[in-house]
Amino acid sequence: MRKTRKITALLLAVLMLTAALGGCTGGKSAETASPSASAAVSAAPVQGGELTVGIAQDLDDSIDPHKMVSAGTREVLFNVFEGLLKPDTAGEMQPAVASDCKINDTGDVFTFTLRDGVKFHNGNPVTTKDVIYSLKRAAGLDTGTPLINGFDEVKSVEAPDDKTVVVTLKKPDIEFKAMFTAAIIPDGNDPTKETIGTGPFKFASRSPQQNVVLEKFDGYWGTPAHVDKVTYKIIDNAETLVMSLKSGSVNLVAHLTSAQVKELGSDFTVVDGTMNLVQALYLNNKVAPFDNVKVRQALCYAIDRQNIMDMLSNGKGAAVGSSMYPNFKKYYRADLADVYKPDVEKAKSLLAEAGYPNGFTMDVTVPSNYQPHVDTAAVIAEQFKKIGVTVNIKNVDWGTWLSEVYSGRNYQSTVIGVDAASLTARAMLERFVSTSTSNFTNFSDPEYDKLYAEAAAATDEAKQVELYKQLEEILTKDAANVYIQDMCDYVAMGQGVQGYEFYPLYVMDMSKVYFTNKTAA
Amino acid sequence: MRYILKKIGIFVLTIFAISILVFLAFQIIPGDPTTRMLGTQATPEKIAALRAQLGLDRPVLVRYFDWLGNFLRGNYGESYSYNMPVHELLSGKLRITASLTLLSFLMVLLISFPLGILLARFAHSWFDRVMMVLNQIVMSIPSFFTGILFTYVFGLILKFFTPTNFVEYADDHAGFWAYLVFPALSIALPKAAMVIKLLRGSMVRELSEDYVRTAYSRGNSRWQVLKGHVMRNAMVPVVTFLAVTLVDIIAGSIIIEQVFNIPGMGRLLMTSINGRDLPVVQTIIMIIALVVITVNYIADISYKYIDPRIRFR
Amino acid sequence: MKKLKNSHRAPNYNLIWGCVITSIMVLMIVVSFFWTPFNPDAMSYAEKDLAPGGAHLLGTDNFGRDIFSRVMEGAGTTLSIAFCAVAIGASFGTVIGGLTGYFGGAWDEFIMRINDAVTAFPSILLALVIVTITGSGRTNIIFILGILFIPSFARVVRGEFAKQRQMDYVKNAKLMGVKPGRIMFVHILPNIAPVLLSAVAIGFNNAVLAEASMSYLGVGVSQTEAVSLGRMLLDSQAYWMTSPWQALSAGCAISILILGFALISEGLGTRPMWRPTTKRRRKQHA
Repeated sequence: MRKTRKITALLLAVLMLTAALGGCTGGKSAETASPSASAAVSAAPVQGGELTVGIAQDLDDSIDPHKMVSAGTREVLFNVFEGLLKPDTAGEMQPAVASDCKINDTGDVFTFTLRDGVKFHNGNPVTTKDVIYSLKRAAGLDTGTPLINGFDEVKSVEAPDDKTVVVTLKKPDIEFKAMFTAAIIPDGNDPTKETIGTGPFKFASRSPQQNVVLEKFDGYWGTPAHVDKVTYKIIDNAETLVMSLKSGSVNLVAHLTSAQVKELGSDFTVVDGTMNLVQALYLNNKVAPFDNVKVRQALCYAIDRQNIMDMLSNGKGAAVGSSMYPNFKKYYRADLADVYKPDVEKAKSLLAEAGYPNGFTMDVTVPSNYQPHVDTAAVIAEQFKKIGVTVNIKNVDWGTWLSEVYSGRNYQSTVIGVDAASLTARAMLERFVSTSTSNFTNFSDPEYDKLYAEAAAATDEAKQVELYKQLEEILTKDAANVYIQDMCDYVAMGQGVQGYEFYPLYVMDMSKVYFTNKTAA
Repeated sequence: MRYILKKIGIFVLTIFAISILVFLAFQIIPGDPTTRMLGTQATPEKIAALRAQLGLDRPVLVRYFDWLGNFLRGNYGESYSYNMPVHELLSGKLRITASLTLLSFLMVLLISFPLGILLARFAHSWFDRVMMVLNQIVMSIPSFFTGILFTYVFGLILKFFTPTNFVEYADDHAGFWAYLVFPALSIALPKAAMVIKLLRGSMVRELSEDYVRTAYSRGNSRWQVLKGHVMRNAMVPVVTFLAVTLVDIIAGSIIIEQVFNIPGMGRLLMTSINGRDLPVVQTIIMIIALVVITVNYIADISYKYIDPRIRFR
Repeated sequence: MKKLKNSHRAPNYNLIWGCVITSIMVLMIVVSFFWTPFNPDAMSYAEKDLAPGGAHLLGTDNFGRDIFSRVMEGAGTTLSIAFCAVAIGASFGTVIGGLTGYFGGAWDEFIMRINDAVTAFPSILLALVIVTITGSGRTNIIFILGILFIPSFARVVRGEFAKQRQMDYVKNAKLMGVKPGRIMFVHILPNIAPVLLSAVAIGFNNAVLAEASMSYLGVGVSQTEAVSLGRMLLDSQAYWMTSPWQALSAGCAISILILGFALISEGLGTRPMWRPTTKRRRKQHA
């Protein structure tokens, strides 16, 4: 039995690789829970079919691609909107609406050539006018308020001819390339009234708290999607997600926990990757006792990451030691994950040195709608008991979390996963600059600030990467936070559904998912 | 007539008071709508711009009367989260919750009346005793637990319905009602048990009255006595209880919507409060308040016509 | 509706069974304060999702925690919340109801209006709305439920006080110059004790249901603050297929608690429908 499963998994992995044109990110394993090998035999894609995907969060921030803020919205709209560039499964920026991107030597002028034959979902071709409108809208050049954070670096957007768009930045920034994934929408369009993009799927309809329906876009410039229709069904009760898979009311659910996967039993294809975020016990570095580096380090020695992963995901996931996740290979430093090994004695002596020989009581504020974080907090509370630290867990709703913890910075510690809004090291590391508006941990280190400024201004990519890696090390040595893991992400697919691929970003690419037989569709 | 006028006056005042309470409550709670909308992307400039756009930078009183005025004119504003008019957002949800509530209420009537009368007819028999013990147990099982049990037994094992697969009314009328059967039954069971008990008790008490003995002595059969004489008198307490039940069912539907993944008003209310989607929250609470108070008033007033013995101050 | 005195001719099965069930639960809870078979919070990777039987009477959950211990502690949490909420509701309700019922007048009218308005809404609905505003947690729930229970207690007590006020013993006491406070709390209160007790039992019933519902919806007692039956039910729902005992244990515990209090309130006789049984029998014997 075990052997068959292994063979099936191997077969499947090979098939997936070929089907994905080598786009698979390494370190992933594909595993089918179904003991029969027939799934692998008939794994050739069949065109058509209607896919139903269960998602836990409604798109209730905004379906405006420039205004959306939640990761849950981003992963759906990834299929509808595209930027001039688009990330591939390896995290590299590939040309999309543009066919070419050039950066000048000083790193402040980006020149794009528009791709021929790219059409909006309403049938109109994409022109430089649309691109200028979209980028100016995102940068807030006309209104003064940028819609996408960081886009205010843009000084001007111009079109010297009807195929070329030139973007000039206020200061050199080669990393800004990743920002050009910002959606291109038609000139003058308000996406909340009329949702039009250039992606493989077009927006068909939505019904709040019920579903979002996407349809295959026949005029797509790239590799067309396999399925005709994707219905995202909103199931905001995490407990019933599994039931909806089992009952067949949805075909695919992502972001499951190991316990949920176990509950599914056989008959499902389960693939696992990581969520591409850094889950940590984030500490408010300004309030006592966390203003003391020894206390922070003691907490780092007190937690047992493996135990957390065992409890939450049967040991899966990737331990991290700094604010960077492993799939972001270019910047990731694996050695930092091993700096603090579980060592209760060391933790106790550090606490004693810091003046807390008998431990202390701390609050951990967690958003109650994210079960994995709530569960992690519970496990941490048990682990901290060993060093005499009593944890008082405060469950708050997401709105309160945002206003109290994130914006208000009025908290002691919190368990949360921080992901990258764009594929830049900056998206992970800028928030620890002492003056950053998103520095919710109040981390402050003059050396960090200096190095960061150097890194951001660097025009040589190799040097920049090196600097970013040094920044990660500072976060680890200073024990800015108690880093835990990049959480394991399970995706379960019903029978006859295959082709799911992981990105180093929090997105779900539906254009690659397909049915293997017509009946399942 | 004066009585009804007075009632209407109090009705209007109550609604007005509730509107103030609802409005104020959401001004003082932590969690500004803008921070929720902007999430982790919030910057002070963005927040200020959004506050101005939503009109949240105006004084509370101005906003209150603005909202009240619009509300009275039937303009409920636009949802922050969904960028669509609240009435558009709500109309679909209202229909779902109303259907669930009415179906459940109908079930309460259909279950409790025959059973209640039957048990009164056979009062004190072993059948009655066993049923009343069962009744007491059913009454004690919370509707959400019943709902979970139903999902498991009828959904996952017997496959009578597909759990979490709510069917839109527009897509399939029959499927819509079929999906609502078990949620409605989960709410209805404990309520029906209460009505059964009340009805049975009320009838048994009436049966021991003198007029019943007179009726027997005239040669009426037991069923005739039950139907002709006892039912009407026994109904008085039951009818008022039904009004309370209807209101309870509305509350129960909020919880059950969560169990069965029904996108109704209750779920919208909970998520809107969490998301600080003020226009939606305020409208839903006002609707619920209106319904609850109206049902109670109708019950109060109809009292007078059902039972002339009750007089009002 | 007129309340009839309980007949002593037939054993009051409701009261007996209600007390038996509730005592067993309370005993279990009291024991849990000092001893539980396992530490209810202790997690064990090796003992995840064990079926009932053996050392773990009701099995273990997805963290490897002993479910029976958790049910013991959870019932305690639920009951202590109910106790505090009912204590708040009953004490304030009695004072308010007593004063308004005894003195009457414009205040009576006004407060009863508010009472009517509040009691018109199902308390669970109000509690749900308020708790999402104030935030969840044990203390919040106690206060919210406690305050929401005040009107219903006030209503019951007011009715009784208004009735007792007309009785001769109260009139006599007044003539003898006894102070109103003494009349109210020394003379009248003991006389309405049965009504009040049964209202307390109903209060417990409602409080257990409300706490369980709120925790089930995820706005009640937080997962780590204390074990709560409603929360256990919510969490266990995801594990129906592999470990149904989780959901069953929590759900049954909630139901048993409610059943106990329902029977007691029944036995104490607020709801008159059971008494005709004895009344009818008496007539037959006569």
